[in-house]
Amino acid sequence: METVQSPHRANLVRWAQARPEVLVLTADLTASCEADGFRDAYPERYFALGMAEQNLLGFAAGLAREGFTPYLHTFAVFLTRRPFDQLAMSIAYPNLPVRLIGFLPGITTAGGVTHQAIDDIGLLRLLPNMTILECGDATEVESVLDVAQAINGPVYVRMLRGEVPRLFAADKPLHFNQARVLSTGTDVVVISSGICTEEALRATQVLREHGISIAHLHVSTLKPFTDPQLSTAIAAARYGVITLENHSIIGGLGSAVAEVIAEQGLGKQLIRLGLRDTYAHGASRQYLQREYKLDALALVEAVAILTKTALNITEDQFTATRLETQRPIEKTEDL
Amino acid sequence: MAQFSPSFHATSAALTVPQVAAAVRRRVLEHTLKHNGGYLSQACSSAEILATLYLRVMRLGASTAPALPRRFAGVPAANNPHAFTGAGYNGAKAPDLDRFIFSPVHYALVLYSVLIELGRLAPEALDEFNRDGSTVELIGAEHSPGHEVTAGSLAQALSQAGGIALARRLRGESGRVWVFMSDGEFQEGQTWEALAALAQHRLGNVGIVIDANAQQCDGPMAQVMSIEPLAARLRAFGAEVHEVDGHDPEALEMALKSTQLPDLKSPQPPFFKGGLDVLGGVEVAAPFTTTRDQSLAEKDAAQKPPLEKDAAQEPPLEKGGLGGFDRPLVVIARTDPCHGLERLRERAPKLHYVRFKPGAEYDTYQRLLAELTAEAN
Repeated sequence: METVQSPHRANLVRWAQARPEVLVLTADLTASCEADGFRDAYPERYFALGMAEQNLLGFAAGLAREGFTPYLHTFAVFLTRRPFDQLAMSIAYPNLPVRLIGFLPGITTAGGVTHQAIDDIGLLRLLPNMTILECGDATEVESVLDVAQAINGPVYVRMLRGEVPRLFAADKPLHFNQARVLSTGTDVVVISSGICTEEALRATQVLREHGISIAHLHVSTLKPFTDPQLSTAIAAARYGVITLENHSIIGGLGSAVAEVIAEQGLGKQLIRLGLRDTYAHGASRQYLQREYKLDALALVEAVAILTKTALNITEDQFTATRLETQRPIEKTEDL
Repeated sequence: MAQFSPSFHATSAALTVPQVAAAVRRRVLEHTLKHNGGYLSQACSSAEILATLYLRVMRLGASTAPALPRRFAGVPAANNPHAFTGAGYNGAKAPDLDRFIFSPVHYALVLYSVLIELGRLAPEALDEFNRDGSTVELIGAEHSPGHEVTAGSLAQALSQAGGIALARRLRGESGRVWVFMSDGEFQEGQTWEALAALAQHRLGNVGIVIDANAQQCDGPMAQVMSIEPLAARLRAFGAEVHEVDGHDPEALEMALKSTQLPDLKSPQPPFFKGGLDVLGGVEVAAPFTTTRDQSLAEKDAAQKPPLEKDAAQEPPLEKGGLGGFDRPLVVIARTDPCHGLERLRERAPKLHYVRFKPGAEYDTYQRLLAELTAEAN
């Protein structure tokens, strides 16, 4: 599998070159959030606000009111949970075009509970006017800024850093509120987001070889959540629906899908894979994905439950290999 | 260039600060009686501050908003083109005009009353006060007359004002950003985050005036959570600080004008001149030099003769201030929450929101209002 090293760093510099209204504001994690390239290329548009996120959001609101588009770069936990009232009142209520670029989503970091954003999507789905995007691969990292910039209102982006796999062709950019249909099928529909799509892809081919007809959709717009492709696929799934997300199963993708099923009367069983109302801890991504059952094997187990079929599938049968590079990176990451 | 002058309205040119302040107190007392409750002590403490800002300090254009406020038009949203703010009551936005950011929005009735006395708002606007569907809200929202941002979650306005001031500096605008704050907001951590950022980024185009009435909802601030020594704390955060009697218009005016722009004739050069042109100068002024500034300064040093760099560092910190190259201005206006309404002191320390007891107390204040009105006429 192709991987790209730090796609956001270079893309941000290239993308912002002809956009003088774009500013970058940081809260001490500039290089950790791959904004150092922008800082060095456009120092007059770069502002360090220090470890003071409440104020960071307020400054961004003021700049946005005046016609600039501030791109806030810091870890997701510090953009969402810590300054939640500032986000709601200074930015979301006035519907200001502030772009919150949040790093270290879910259990992608060994930094432990303080650095793992497991509730960010749930929190921000609660905010009126807020749009939520999540990147699942390098192509989405490289195309998400165009989507964010076109939105009239605040946008939160769950961003990936470091070595990022390219799951989707570079000429197939992220489209707003439009899931990617990765496969079609009629037994089970798998809906995944973020880094979990790579995990799901490892399992779906083996499942098909075991005779399971699987529809697989990758979601990158978590709010709004009105893509008709999702309800169509859910309605067609004979056994039910599985969501797989790098987030609490409360408030995120699984909840959004549950709302669609209930409100549209689709009447399908739903298994939500993700953090089951628990915090995580500091460990490698692979370890945590297994521990909290948000990996390929967990997906196979969920399919077995839905289809009431014993599936004799083991880890070594999964097709796509994981990024070998993730392991060393996690041990040396910038926190 | 837009016009600016305090004489935006035929009747306001002759107004004095004491007249406006007294009228504001009467009007707020009248409404506290009429609605059986109100933020009366805030009118007593802040009337001179707001009147001085509007009459003598801020450069504002004439109101562009309707004298009778528009009805609520929905909250801001991508699909709501009808949402508006109340900033138009402070005049048009123009590069050389000031902006007014009103932070403690529970003072809304005081601000409405000031706007009425200055002819920016019709007296009948208060008939809509706290009525369903009205924008003349009890706690001011950004659609309320005179309000520009969402500020009721206290301490958030200063950060937003900082962003506005930074944007104005990037555009090379000479207009300033005035922020009216209450002292209780200096208990919030965000206020200090904002002050640190204003100093670090040398946003000398921000002026803050604090109604330091020493009261908060639970009682005297000294008993609840002291913020003193406020002036020393603010100075330590890099602000230029003046402490004055907040009921003395001359003292207020002198402090608020103590640091003037370099001036309008020579506005700051913009960071952006339409495109990506970058200004030198601002970022090399010592001593609040950021890492970014240092790297820029090093680049500058490599490209320019040393003499130029030395010249750029010349403006001394002490002479900076509002609109200049370095520090935000803060005026601590020490005020009395019972000023001009001595009887209110009987209610101390419960002054945050005043509701008169039916019967004797209500009647007493009713008579007091009649006396004050007779005195004024």
